[in-house]
Amino acid sequence: MVRYALFAAASAAFLLNTNPALASNDIELLQQQIAAMKQDYEQRILALETGLIKAQQNAQKAAALAPQARLANKPALRQNTFNPAISFVLDGRYASSSNSADDYQLPGFALNDEAGLDQAGFSVGEAELVISSNVDDKFYAEATLAFNNDEMSVEEIFIQTLNLSDGLTLKAGRFFSDIGYLNAQHAHVWDFADAPLIYRGLFGNQLSNEGLQVNYIVPADFFLQLGFELGNSDSFPAAGNREGASSWSSSINIGDDIGVEHSWQLGLNHWQANHINERGSEGLTEAYAFSGKSRINGIDWVYKWAPNGNPKNRHFKLQFEYFERQEEGEINLLTNSADFDGKQSGWYAQAVYKFLPTWRSALRFDRLGSDNDGSDLPLLADAGLLTYGHTPQRLSAMLEWIPSEFSRIRLQFNHDKSYSDTDNQLFLQYTFAIGSHTGHSY
Amino acid sequence: MLSKKISALLCCLSLLSLPLVHANAENPLNVFACEPEWAALATQLGGDRLSIYSATNAKQDPHHIQARPSLIAKARQAELLICTGAELEIGWLPILLRKAGNGNIMPGQPGHFSAADHVQLLEQATILDRSKGDMHAAGNPHFHLDPYRIKQIALSLSQTLSNIDPAHRSHYQQQLALFTQRLDSQISIWEARAKSLQGKLIVVHHDSWIYLEKWLKLDKVATLEAKLGIPPSSAHLSQVLEKMRATPADFIIHTDYQNDRAARWLSEKTNIPVISLSSSVANDEDIFQWFDRLINALLETTP
Repeated sequence: MVRYALFAAASAAFLLNTNPALASNDIELLQQQIAAMKQDYEQRILALETGLIKAQQNAQKAAALAPQARLANKPALRQNTFNPAISFVLDGRYASSSNSADDYQLPGFALNDEAGLDQAGFSVGEAELVISSNVDDKFYAEATLAFNNDEMSVEEIFIQTLNLSDGLTLKAGRFFSDIGYLNAQHAHVWDFADAPLIYRGLFGNQLSNEGLQVNYIVPADFFLQLGFELGNSDSFPAAGNREGASSWSSSINIGDDIGVEHSWQLGLNHWQANHINERGSEGLTEAYAFSGKSRINGIDWVYKWAPNGNPKNRHFKLQFEYFERQEEGEINLLTNSADFDGKQSGWYAQAVYKFLPTWRSALRFDRLGSDNDGSDLPLLADAGLLTYGHTPQRLSAMLEWIPSEFSRIRLQFNHDKSYSDTDNQLFLQYTFAIGSHTGHSY
Repeated sequence: MLSKKISALLCCLSLLSLPLVHANAENPLNVFACEPEWAALATQLGGDRLSIYSATNAKQDPHHIQARPSLIAKARQAELLICTGAELEIGWLPILLRKAGNGNIMPGQPGHFSAADHVQLLEQATILDRSKGDMHAAGNPHFHLDPYRIKQIALSLSQTLSNIDPAHRSHYQQQLALFTQRLDSQISIWEARAKSLQGKLIVVHHDSWIYLEKWLKLDKVATLEAKLGIPPSSAHLSQVLEKMRATPADFIIHTDYQNDRAARWLSEKTNIPVISLSSSVANDEDIFQWFDRLINALLETTP
């Protein structure tokens, strides 16, 4: 570019010098024009210079202000400056029911040992210690240790990428699966003291995954998230197979706002494990084991409303989830075995209304159904997989007082027809969070 | 079979999204503002170079927002995030950022602008104890009510815009010069108009007005929320009532997104007028009109 300009200038000069035909008054005219141009440029440069000096002065003034501001907000440097965020959640409760908790059944569904009822009386249900921090510029790590009676278990422990690529997030470790709406949330943020019946029946309250999760948010004006998970199938509702990744799930979540006051989210989910090996469950008379293939499909929908979109004072939430499971394989009970072809499904719907800044109330209805078949019906009956026409259902109501973001006292009543003897249950639950501020996911 | 279908669907969706990912250089810069005041400031500083989305509006308490699906979708596409910081958004922003998977706007990146990093905050807590309420350890985060601090933030924000979008540096510098000039002249007008407010005794609902109080030299004599973020207790309210009967304040300031029961109750008992103020810029106004509106509201009610 520069070379061309030089060449052009040189040839122009050559032409001017060598062309005798150019009249002298033409040259004068050219000189005048050049002088005018020069003057014009000088003025412009002067204006630019004054502007620049002004800008520099402004910048200096600002720089004089800025360091003070930075200094003033600088945290004191201590040994523990880089400690992770720690929060501790205590979920204590008092439970009372008309039937004994030991008699609990959920006909048609395989229950694992965690999925029973709370024992009557006072208990510190579950205390959670959550430790989280960015590891570096690429990863975030979180661990949730759960204390249940005198046992400690690792509820979640995972790392997650922070800036892998546009909209892509990878998670590895042990974590609650993203399938369903409630599943990924910790139990203490649920709106009821206990899991929906369908969660109890299919997942043993909550589906935990040990493996990998990939989430991709499609760039769009509305929310569209595609999720895929790969895991070992050695924990409920899969079992006994650690040979490679043998359970997987996928989910699609769509959501958006409608105006300022309404928002919604819809999810479609699929979970599958093809080689379950001897999954143990509490039967009606004896414990039994299932081996075979299991598939779960689900749909979840959440709608929220708040006046002006400000949920602090008043807030309404409607939530619905439906799951169905198909299982094909073999049931073993004591020394007997039978072919099994099971279909189980269920749904719950709940509405929560925050009517005052510190008060919330909610209603929930659960209903389950099953159509299990097999080569040995008496064996299925012993395993508690036949319903004899009974449809498990439950109605729950709760009222809670939330003095602050960090504490909650809840009273809940269940009219529970999980099995043929109707049970009335009462919970008084007190939940407290101390330490760093916990977030509110949707 | 199903996994094949899903991967096919994934492929289709990622193809669909391609034109959006490779944005044209002339396309405006996507800005995600946590609060409407930063959206309004960005509008002043970027003009039509920016496409701005505000996560909250002036009628919402920015401390109590949820990471809604729509917010994740917008954060996913943002090239610049402008938030207050100082833990105001701690209940939802960390979750939002982790879900959105957008490396541009993660803390520490050039596209993550936290206004609190660029000004000095008042009320930096020396004792952190939640028995005193939901405290912000870094200091009072409602500093957008001070136009001088707005000016400081404008300077830093303009530099950030130039860093992210260097091709339009001169445009941002020009906009900054125009804005600062206009703000300076407005400040002198506002200060002249608000002279009669100096030394007025006020009661506030929540300590979200300290920067305005300091700027206009208002004298706060009571707070209805005895503890930050915790609704006023009746015991504390009756104490305030007694105090007001002894030495009445000139007016009660109430943020329009907060429950106004306590403020109305006190007003009925004492005849002290309540002024409901917008804590941020409304959809149909700019940052100057909002400050005008605040000062008008205060002047109209002043006896």
